[in-house]
Amino acid sequence: MEIKAIGCEPLSLRRVFIKDGHTLDVYKKDGGYKSLEKALGMTQDAIIQEVKDSALRGRGGAGFPSGMKWSFVPRDSPKPKYIVCNADESEPGSFKDRYLMEYDPHALIEGMIIAGYTLGSKTGYVYGRGEYRYLLDIMDVAIAEAREAGLLGKNILGSGLDFDLHTHTGAGAYICGEETALLSSLEGYRGHPRMKPPFPAIEGLYACPTIVNNVETLTSIPQIIEMGGIAWRDLGTEKSGGTKLWSISGHVKKPGVYELPMGYADMEKFIMEDCGGMLRNNKLKAVIPGGSSVYIMNAGQIVGQNVTLDYEGLVAAGSMLGTGGMMVMDETVDIMETTKNLTEFYKHESCGWCTPCREGTDWLVKIFNRISIGEGKPEDAQLMLDICDNIEGKSFCPLGDAAAWPIQSAIKQFPGDFKKWLVDNVKTNGVAPNV
Amino acid sequence: MAAATPTSYTDKILVTGEVAEFSPAVIEEMKAHVAKYPADRTRSALIPLLFVIQRERGGWLDNPGINFLAQFLNLEVTDVWETATFYSMFNLRPVGRHHIQICKTLSCKIMGEPEITDHICSKLGIHPGETTEDGKYTVTMVECLGSCGTAPMMQIGFDYHEDLTVEKVDKILADCK
Ligand SMILES: Cc1cc2nc3c(=O)[nH]c(=O)nc-3n(C[C@H](O)[C@H](O)[C@H](O)COP(=O)(O)O)c2cc1C
Ligand code: SF4
Ligand code: FES
Repeated sequence: MEIKAIGCEPLSLRRVFIKDGHTLDVYKKDGGYKSLEKALGMTQDAIIQEVKDSALRGRGGAGFPSGMKWSFVPRDSPKPKYIVCNADESEPGSFKDRYLMEYDPHALIEGMIIAGYTLGSKTGYVYGRGEYRYLLDIMDVAIAEAREAGLLGKNILGSGLDFDLHTHTGAGAYICGEETALLSSLEGYRGHPRMKPPFPAIEGLYACPTIVNNVETLTSIPQIIEMGGIAWRDLGTEKSGGTKLWSISGHVKKPGVYELPMGYADMEKFIMEDCGGMLRNNKLKAVIPGGSSVYIMNAGQIVGQNVTLDYEGLVAAGSMLGTGGMMVMDETVDIMETTKNLTEFYKHESCGWCTPCREGTDWLVKIFNRISIGEGKPEDAQLMLDICDNIEGKSFCPLGDAAAWPIQSAIKQFPGDFKKWLVDNVKTNGVAPNV
Repeated sequence: MAAATPTSYTDKILVTGEVAEFSPAVIEEMKAHVAKYPADRTRSALIPLLFVIQRERGGWLDNPGINFLAQFLNLEVTDVWETATFYSMFNLRPVGRHHIQICKTLSCKIMGEPEITDHICSKLGIHPGETTEDGKYTVTMVECLGSCGTAPMMQIGFDYHEDLTVEKVDKILADCK
């Protein structure tokens, strides 16, 4: 697997290439915790302004402007405030936060302390998915080092700031990546999403003002303070500032985690050259560019289309940036089976709270199971689209939409793969046709 | 939905049956988890503590373990079960000493998961979801574990095994004691 920066100096990935970059000593020698010192000499408003200037958009999938989110926190509220790092990383195709925590845990800690100072919080939690136990162990060691060095705890660096940090583990539930479900889980409950508003910035953990940010978002904060918001933004585009980590998997020669400037041109070059091209030199068939919860693209939407890799570029191309988890499929893949696989994922991960998502995903999987044993019917495509229509926009949280999008886009972009199963289908005693 | 509000259940804990006992070292470990949260929000420690209980009770959550936890956190037994049953990493039945969790999601699937699964299952003589008769292995199919770039992959216990091939799997299984 490759870990590499292309078209920019490694910034988020910088410490991957420094021996023992995960230790406090090496991190400090590399300029670590200088941003914290700088931030402690700035006003809270000035820091929020830098983050706004940076055009940093949340890296957890939704892309919400981080500076704006921070400005929603009522800093004069008498309630305690919390900084929560979303390290749940369970979106199929995404595996970038993993490497940030493994190679650069102190960057995350530094980002969280700066967030704590800015928003008047004394406590932070890193919520990691349960399977990432080894990463939480790495974080625990780094947190202990920082505490020992007076970077966490009381009166940080003699500034009067108190801030402490703890790791917390999930236990295998994709929905706990959704920020309000994460907070329910962090309180010891089932991971059901909560009504928004109130948004977590107003009423989050323990009904107190809370900022939930992704790992990559928070590790960008020290970079922004160091360089200044405008300079950081200018690494990318005006609307999508900075650099972005992409995790790429599937049928490419060099899967891995790549850091690219926002606005990188273009997607075809990235897949075909930077990632070594297609495995076994097969033909490109499909790409899901932003983790599984976005529209699937066919090769024609990518090849020769000059798709830029930023929020706007991928929307213009008919999909979304999401988490930047790119899954590449070659001509050997049957998109009906791809869609079935992802629908099984959403059915398994539906938290069961609301009817459209719980029942809809279950029904869809039943239809897919029937199709895959050769019993598909021509009207199944429309039936699935109708079910998706009853899930999308009618579910309690965005997981429902995420379950509908792959199916809607797959039927649209790959009609042949469905026709094969639904129309040309010959009943074959439970054995699927064309396989 | 209103934000969840913990309540004190001190007077009405419904514990029936056996309550597990744990060593002082384990109790200390549990207290260290509880100390991470505000004093009136100890329920927050529930998931981390369920992992401790699961580890100490031989890999799954049994009634005596859950009873202990309810008392330890001043919760109803049903509150503990309510949370425990939501999360796929908590085993409600005994599992083998080596819990093999094979990722079945898209990137692993197209990079060779079916072959790996077939190989492991035929070698162990079980289907996904089953445990070998000697109680050594359980095979479970799981969703994406964040290793799509090194697909196909599996996790045994908490250890990641990536870029799997049939040969590599044979070696990993041989190393399972
Ligand atoms: C079903 C679902 C799963 C999500 N999973 C994650 C996740 O694993 N990691 C993450 O950072 N954000 C995830 N999010 C997005 C969070 O709700 C939230 O927007 C994000 O943590 C905010 O941080 P950011 O602004 O820094 O991106 C998920 C959202 C949904 C709807
Ligand atoms: S949309 Fe799905 S995951 Fe979200 S609340 Fe409803 S059932 Fe739960
Ligand atoms: S698809 Fe298997 S680890 Fe992500």
